[in-house]
Amino acid sequence: MSVRTLVINGKDVAGDADQTILEVARENSIHIPTLCHLKGLSDVGACRLCVVEVAGVNKLLAACVTKVEEGMSVVTDSPTLHDYRRTIIEMLFMERNHVCSVCVANNHCELQDAAKELGLTHFDLPPLEPVVEVDASHERFVIDHNRCILCTRCVRVCDEIEEAHTWDVFDRGAGCRVITDMGTPWGESRTCTSCGKCVQVCPTGALFEKGRSVAEAKHRRRFLPYLRALEQDQQ
Amino acid sequence: MTDVKDREQDLDRPEAQPEAGGPRACAHVCEAAGCMSLNADQVFEALRERATERGLADTAVKRVGCLRLCVAGPVVEIPERGLLFEAVDPSSPESIDSVINALQGSEGGRSTADDPFFARQVRIVLANSGVIDPEDIDDYVAHGGYEALTQTVTSKKPEEILEEVVRSGLRGRGGAGYPTGLKWRTVAKSSGAEGKYVICNADEGDPGAFMDRSVLESVPQQVLEGMAIAAYAVGASQGYIYVRAEYPLAVKRLRLAIRQAERSGLLGANIAETAFGFHVDIRIGAGAFVCGEETALIASIEGRRGTPRPRPPFPAQSGLWARPTLINNVETLASIPSIVRNGGDWYRAIGTEKSPGTKVFALAGRVVNTGLIEVPMGVKLRDIVFDIGGGIIGGAKFKAVQTGGPSGGCIPADDLDMPVDYESLAQAGSIMGSGGMIVMDETSCMVDVAKYFMDFCKDESCGKCVPCRVGTVQLHGLLDKITRGEGEPGDLDTLERLAVMVKSTSLCGLGQSAPNPVFSTLRYFRDEYVSHIEDRVCPAGVCPMTSSVAS
Repeated sequence: MSVRTLVINGKDVAGDADQTILEVARENSIHIPTLCHLKGLSDVGACRLCVVEVAGVNKLLAACVTKVEEGMSVVTDSPTLHDYRRTIIEMLFMERNHVCSVCVANNHCELQDAAKELGLTHFDLPPLEPVVEVDASHERFVIDHNRCILCTRCVRVCDEIEEAHTWDVFDRGAGCRVITDMGTPWGESRTCTSCGKCVQVCPTGALFEKGRSVAEAKHRRRFLPYLRALEQDQQ
Repeated sequence: MTDVKDREQDLDRPEAQPEAGGPRACAHVCEAAGCMSLNADQVFEALRERATERGLADTAVKRVGCLRLCVAGPVVEIPERGLLFEAVDPSSPESIDSVINALQGSEGGRSTADDPFFARQVRIVLANSGVIDPEDIDDYVAHGGYEALTQTVTSKKPEEILEEVVRSGLRGRGGAGYPTGLKWRTVAKSSGAEGKYVICNADEGDPGAFMDRSVLESVPQQVLEGMAIAAYAVGASQGYIYVRAEYPLAVKRLRLAIRQAERSGLLGANIAETAFGFHVDIRIGAGAFVCGEETALIASIEGRRGTPRPRPPFPAQSGLWARPTLINNVETLASIPSIVRNGGDWYRAIGTEKSPGTKVFALAGRVVNTGLIEVPMGVKLRDIVFDIGGGIIGGAKFKAVQTGGPSGGCIPADDLDMPVDYESLAQAGSIMGSGGMIVMDETSCMVDVAKYFMDFCKDESCGKCVPCRVGTVQLHGLLDKITRGEGEPGDLDTLERLAVMVKSTSLCGLGQSAPNPVFSTLRYFRDEYVSHIEDRVCPAGVCPMTSSVAS
């Protein structure tokens, strides 16, 4: 345990050298919005929602992957950061086809929550409206790529917790898709254990259980930190 | 592969004895990819056949690396006579004869002595390009090759090499210009009980850039030598060259070079009969531009998906397989042997104070002499375009030079007298980049140029982070809308706002620099954007402006 003291939004805080800005901020009730981050999974710094300003650094840093340092001075919210974050959410909404009113995750959606939090009341950017697939070949679960924001939580939980590595990312840029096995339909996957962890960690309604209707996809995630702790104990 | 075998058998043959009568003129046939695509190998065969008929020795015709004047390919040079033959046609006896006649003393070809394209270049990285046979290690050694490495491992301490590289002031030639010596020192200091790595980044991918390809095709041994010296200095014993699959000739020559160097005891275990060992393997890229970004490159070598990760930690501390890793660009490593041979002070005296040394540029676009050039840092852009480059094709009006590819920007006519160095280019809103230099005249529309590069970036975005994955698509959409003549008054503000957001929030250098072409064209050619939007006119007549026709 090696203590680091730093300032976040003018408040003196302390954290362990191993901790990230995000962890220390949350311990101190300082809110930073996130999407790809989920406690219990590794962090990838991909959604960029948690970018913060650090004094003396000429770039914005993702709070989820930046370790605290002694004497650091962090600002987690400013009109500019707020604007950037709102644009990120707007971009995600416009990237695929998110229609809350018919979404299984309506009111249980982190994308929706972030939009509310950031005051995203309307869209200025044009929708990209790609034609993407829905794979309902699995007997219990469905992936609707229309609602996928490519946070890769499913990829990480499958690899790190279930250790099946059924999910991965295919192609690049706007063509990116999460895929099962080497792009075979989910129902034909040989590695999927049907554990459903991916469904539970999905921030939106992209992954859901069959039989759920609009607004019925409530996510249960309490298993995550528990499994992670168990895993660490075994090591 | 039969080629490789043949060449290897050549190695085992006793060296051809020079004939009496001193050194003879020798025709150098450029066999880099540019000329090869124009049948340079047939030129070589035809010349050798004709030379034999005329009773000339086998050594009168030689395969070499890039002769730099790519526009005139296939090119043949007779350096002893200072003559260059352009567009040699293997099927034309006259064309072949003119070269052979010149070998025997007749006049012909283009004199290189007073030609500014050749005379104004200063060759350090390319000193042996077009001089040696890239597939023959003995030729490289005969021209001073591996002298620096042998000296290094037999009589110098790693610290001395680090000192020399620091003193040279060499900066990373991959684009960012990070001080090479400092990077080496960091890796040398990082504790690497489980080993360290040296990686040569040969994933050159900027549109219009072919410096690294030419260096690898022309002097592959020089890059290996630079890597081995770096490995000795930082304490690594394994190296990787990450080269893109689109460079098959470079890959082939690198493979051959590695095998030849290992046979000669200049790579592998016990280099130059010392305890120092260094192995080099090749890793082939699968066509992703983003793999030129160092953390994505490392992921790709590890066999994972080639996506960048946030830094820190920097590869110098935790890189390949979480071990300290030195990543340098091809040209950076190719500069090392001459720095070690001649000393850091010698190198520092070339170029400018903050940007010492020379830089290789791929000169392309609407310029007379397109090709590969190596110039001292600080040379004026005007000299590159109008002296070395020979001016604009057809005497048309110069408009801008694009440097740094999709991460760079455009430099307008007003800034032609600017010295070419890292700081000046950055100040002008562009970057040095890896060395692509595209010259544009009045026939280029700058909005179209910005759209082209954004199209490139959106296709090459790895898709990991949102601002780059979606932002580049949105930016491209806006630019496309403007070039279709459908731009609206608020579009420029949206364009700028999104560009700033993508630059500020993207994860890696690709996204952070993707808006640069937009910024720079807006800065210097805003009027072109305005006339697209307000007047529905493309001043250069490039953009389709379909809706203006309809309305």
